[in-house]
Amino acid sequence: MAAIYSLYIINKSGGLIFHKDYGSAGRMDTNDSLRVASLWHSMHAISQQLSPTVGCSGIELLEADTFDLHCFQSLTGTKFFVVCEPGTQHMEGLLKVIYELYTDYVLKNPFYEMEMPIRCELFDINLSQAIQKDRVALLGR
Amino acid sequence: MQFFGGSDISPSPPPPTASGHNAHMMYIFNRSGICLLYREWNRPLHTLNAQQDHKLMFGLLFSLKSLTAKMDPTSADKGNLGVPQLPGQGCSFHSFRTNTYKLSFMETPSGMKIILLTHPRTGDLRESLKYIYNLYVEYVVKNPLYAPGTPIRCDLFNTSLDQYVRSIS
Repeated sequence: MAAIYSLYIINKSGGLIFHKDYGSAGRMDTNDSLRVASLWHSMHAISQQLSPTVGCSGIELLEADTFDLHCFQSLTGTKFFVVCEPGTQHMEGLLKVIYELYTDYVLKNPFYEMEMPIRCELFDINLSQAIQKDRVALLGR
Repeated sequence: MQFFGGSDISPSPPPPTASGHNAHMMYIFNRSGICLLYREWNRPLHTLNAQQDHKLMFGLLFSLKSLTAKMDPTSADKGNLGVPQLPGQGCSFHSFRTNTYKLSFMETPSGMKIILLTHPRTGDLRESLKYIYNLYVEYVVKNPLYAPGTPIRCDLFNTSLDQYVRSIS
């Protein structure tokens, strides 16, 4: 059973620029994943408004009945979030690794246009390696 | 349970994990989104007026619920995004955490929503919310002067709630 169900990357205006599914039941179609991504973007923003204290930077972890959603927002407003099994550990670390891969293989790619969907082969390859490594590490424990 | 003056609440409250008082505020909404109760213990920041704040909170929970129902990776038939779900239907959520607070959420089968905001490093509060629901049943539902669907004004409920919330960490 996969520990990670899917990965989303959304740009600073809430548009989905990358989505990868690692085996969740009942695949979502493209329209649904775009809607879910922009919905998450707004929920993230609203959660900051409802904070009882100053300095809130949005939802980091959402615990649902059947999955956990870990979200990481970069300083530029790009959001990375993974959907994984409840109770999966070390997802913050994985998100940082994915962010690093994004800066290395997407942002440094001269053919990549900012805020546009990611189509970079090297990013795909390294991403699947990172996820695989994470899965192996989970199996080892 | 005695008929009159019974003060035993079942089940007994979950044991406090640490002493402290780091609850920020609590909301209770009924199934149609009316805020029945709003209690505030520690809230330095107010961004909106009370009514707008309640509306925004209810909207956030409603949308998050439709998001989790749509995202549920374990079921194949998830329906359409944004279609209202009955209480208990579809995949719901029990908490989310930001860097400044943790929101714990419970929905009863009747559609009532109990929301508690605490310090981000608080543990699992699902049992505590169930206990708060029991307090509501004992002190509000069984109060003959309380009309369902109206804001809760029961001193006994408020004091026991304050006392209990102070004991959870």
